[in-house]
Amino acid sequence: MAAISREEVAHLARLSRLAVTEEELDTFAGQLDVILQSVAQVGEVAAADIPPTSHSVPLTNVLREDVVVPGLTPQEALSGAPDAEEQRFRVPRILDEDVAS
Amino acid sequence: MTDLTRMTASELAGLVAAGDASAVEVTQAHLDRIAAVDGRINAFLHVDTDGALAAARAVDERRAAGDGLGPLAGVPVAVKDVLTTRGVPTTVGSRILEGWRPPYDATIVERLRAAGTVMLGKTNMDEFAMGSSTEYSAYGPTRNPWDTDRIPGGSGGGSAAALAAYEAPLSIGSDTGGSIRQPGAVTGTVGAKPTYGGTSRYGLVAFSSSLDTPGPCARTVLDAALLHQVIGGHDPRDSTSIPAPVPDVVAAARLGASGDLTGVKLGVVKEFTGEGAEPGVTAAFREAVDTLTKLGAEIVEVSCPHFRYALPAYYLIAPSECSSNLARFDGVRFGLRVGDDGNRSLEEVMSLTREAGFGPEVKRRIMIGTYALSSGYYDAYYGQAQKVRTLITRDFTAAFTQVDALISPTTPFVAFPLGARTSDPYQMYLADLYTIPTNLYGGPGISVPCGLSEGLPVGLQVMAPTMADDRMYRVAAALESAVGTFTPPAL
Repeated sequence: MAAISREEVAHLARLSRLAVTEEELDTFAGQLDVILQSVAQVGEVAAADIPPTSHSVPLTNVLREDVVVPGLTPQEALSGAPDAEEQRFRVPRILDEDVAS
Repeated sequence: MTDLTRMTASELAGLVAAGDASAVEVTQAHLDRIAAVDGRINAFLHVDTDGALAAARAVDERRAAGDGLGPLAGVPVAVKDVLTTRGVPTTVGSRILEGWRPPYDATIVERLRAAGTVMLGKTNMDEFAMGSSTEYSAYGPTRNPWDTDRIPGGSGGGSAAALAAYEAPLSIGSDTGGSIRQPGAVTGTVGAKPTYGGTSRYGLVAFSSSLDTPGPCARTVLDAALLHQVIGGHDPRDSTSIPAPVPDVVAAARLGASGDLTGVKLGVVKEFTGEGAEPGVTAAFREAVDTLTKLGAEIVEVSCPHFRYALPAYYLIAPSECSSNLARFDGVRFGLRVGDDGNRSLEEVMSLTREAGFGPEVKRRIMIGTYALSSGYYDAYYGQAQKVRTLITRDFTAAFTQVDALISPTTPFVAFPLGARTSDPYQMYLADLYTIPTNLYGGPGISVPCGLSEGLPVGLQVMAPTMADDRMYRVAAALESAVGTFTPPAL
């Protein structure tokens, strides 16, 4: 049985903000199915009582002194932006027009 | 005059310090070599000729003024395109960052500059460091100098190929699942993954933040150690950076070069010596184990039963972290923006931008990660993979109560032909079968050339406990002293 359907892949693409083509959906569905069936092997390990590891370095709450250090100027920070206006990143519309008006 | 491109970094630094060659001469020799051969290798995505010559002139001026020079002053270095370089293009091998010139340097790049090394340019890589062949670069594959119809490994194929093609004596890579060590193995060069947290990730474009580790690549173990010493150490700008000094890897490499491993106990990982590896790789590895025994090392077999689950655990953890990290590529702050016609919404523009800017492997991993993190699947996939990660760490900890370091082949197969594994993504993943456990554990690992199989290089991997990076350098340098370095056929 397939681990993942073409419809589920389409859903994942939407969640991932990827406007994939119909052709890609066909390819990815098969490939993701092979990958997911393989990685599902982790389920063979008896690990109910094992604590999870998210990170190998046991450091928590790394803080520094609250002192001012030089940062990027607005011009530098905006230097790679596709669009900028009045020292801000300019984005396409976020709200629908009827909501915005 | 001797060909400066054939010399080691340590020799070049000596020449510059003694005034027997200027940093400008050394740099120009490498720029000339790049101009002559990189059309066939494609190791570089960007060559910073002016910046390199300016940096070299500055070293020569400092020397003329009688100022002290660092141990690698005047030595050229190539930097994987995953590290930000102020004003110099940084693409991460992706269309989504094409043309981006970062406004700041990564900590490692800052340290390279401060040490007086000369940055030649940025090297090719699998897009966002996801891949094992450099074929997933948006800018065309890098070719292996040993056979230009074969892959140079990945993701850091450019950094490894630049060394093997004598375009640079040193390079920087980054290793999330083997991206320094596997390219080192298949190009006959040395690649070291430091302890996680031993080298700064500030300015390293994030793929999988709990695994990503930048590190040194070179043609000799001593050169790798010298570079490691320059780039390593605590960085307050990286909250996962370990606040402790770098182990003395240079002294360890010099000690190992004496060829004496008396008193060193090495464990051969049982799970990585059976089926799965090509016969030629197994044979070269076995011969290297005999050599290590002759050098005085005691060899035992050690079982690490959970290592067989490292690959599946990795391909859940890394994609999960990647799906989150790569959300920042939204067409707003840097890089590509597609479809902004004044009518489309932000979300539509974002989806079109990411569709156009990311290649197939990156898309696959983002979707796998999104799946593994979704409610309903989280416990069975991401959560379970994190538990397996604990068990793999315990395997390492148990092994290091018996032995000083573990050894295995670096990768199951020698450089494969271009195109051989791109149609089946999971076959590509197998290239990192032996390197991934170290990343999940967080310890250091190094690949050192140990022989040839049908004329192609084979690497031996040494894995050490966290913050015992010096141990792996000692073992690698001892092996190198016995088997020598490997030179590809003339290009």
